[in-house]
Amino acid sequence: MRNTGTLKVTTPSDREIRMVRVFDAPRSMVFDAFTKCELLKRWFGPQGFSLSVCEGEFKAGGWWRFVVRSPDGAEMGMNGQIREMSRPERLVHVESFDDYPGEALVTTTFVEDRGKTTVTINLVYESKDVRDAVVRSGMEHGAAESYDRLAEFLTSSAQATAGA
Amino acid sequence: MLITSPHLDAAFAALADPTRRAIVARLALGEATVMELAQPFDMSQPAISKHLKVLEIAGLISRSRDAQRRPCRLEPQVLADASGWLDHYRDVWERNFRRLDTLLDEMKRQEKKSSVPRRRAKKK
Repeated sequence: MRNTGTLKVTTPSDREIRMVRVFDAPRSMVFDAFTKCELLKRWFGPQGFSLSVCEGEFKAGGWWRFVVRSPDGAEMGMNGQIREMSRPERLVHVESFDDYPGEALVTTTFVEDRGKTTVTINLVYESKDVRDAVVRSGMEHGAAESYDRLAEFLTSSAQATAGA
Repeated sequence: MLITSPHLDAAFAALADPTRRAIVARLALGEATVMELAQPFDMSQPAISKHLKVLEIAGLISRSRDAQRRPCRLEPQVLADASGWLDHYRDVWERNFRRLDTLLDEMKRQEKKSSVPRRRAKKK
């Protein structure tokens, strides 16, 4: 696939996560895809999940609420308070989850160069503990499948070794 | 960095043993007591307990302190560290963004089709 591996994820500090990704589209379009529910519903959320609720007022001082629903019907709600919204270059919001404490200050910038847009998403948590807890919870939500695969792998490798 | 966590060395060492890998695989399906774990392995409970101790020290499992049963459960964090939470995080988002690539391609095609006159007027 042409975009495989193009997403860069780094941890600039122990309470931050930064993602950088290039999209082959002008930034106004990418910005809309981040801030309009009818577009967000087409791509946002882990694989197999759907964005069952997307509502809000997308403007500075506005808000949004997303609910993602897993294939087995479990729901996870997220809320955002929009601090800054300058289409098409910059978006700043504070996001929190229903299921666990802690907020993140999220700054998203859209830089266009020759028709391609580099999106940088910077998430700053209150502390390393909060960041790790959020990442871990997110993984637990989506991790059932990978644990199943891990279990399968471990079982088969254990059997292979035991049989030797 | 998590990569240098001392837990990781212990975790990999603990997982080098096939019986312990099988125990982890069993616990991935849900918590279990020592007795429940001992059954399929055809091993004595003390032998299983020894393996559990190694897994517990490595931080891969925990055992609740409540009374006799003391069920064991997986500690997802260390396993996640071992498999690289950053990699996992990136995978989840990369899949998201591939869907966004598809959407953007579609938006570009549509804009081309409706070309100049249909440009959404910005309200000021």
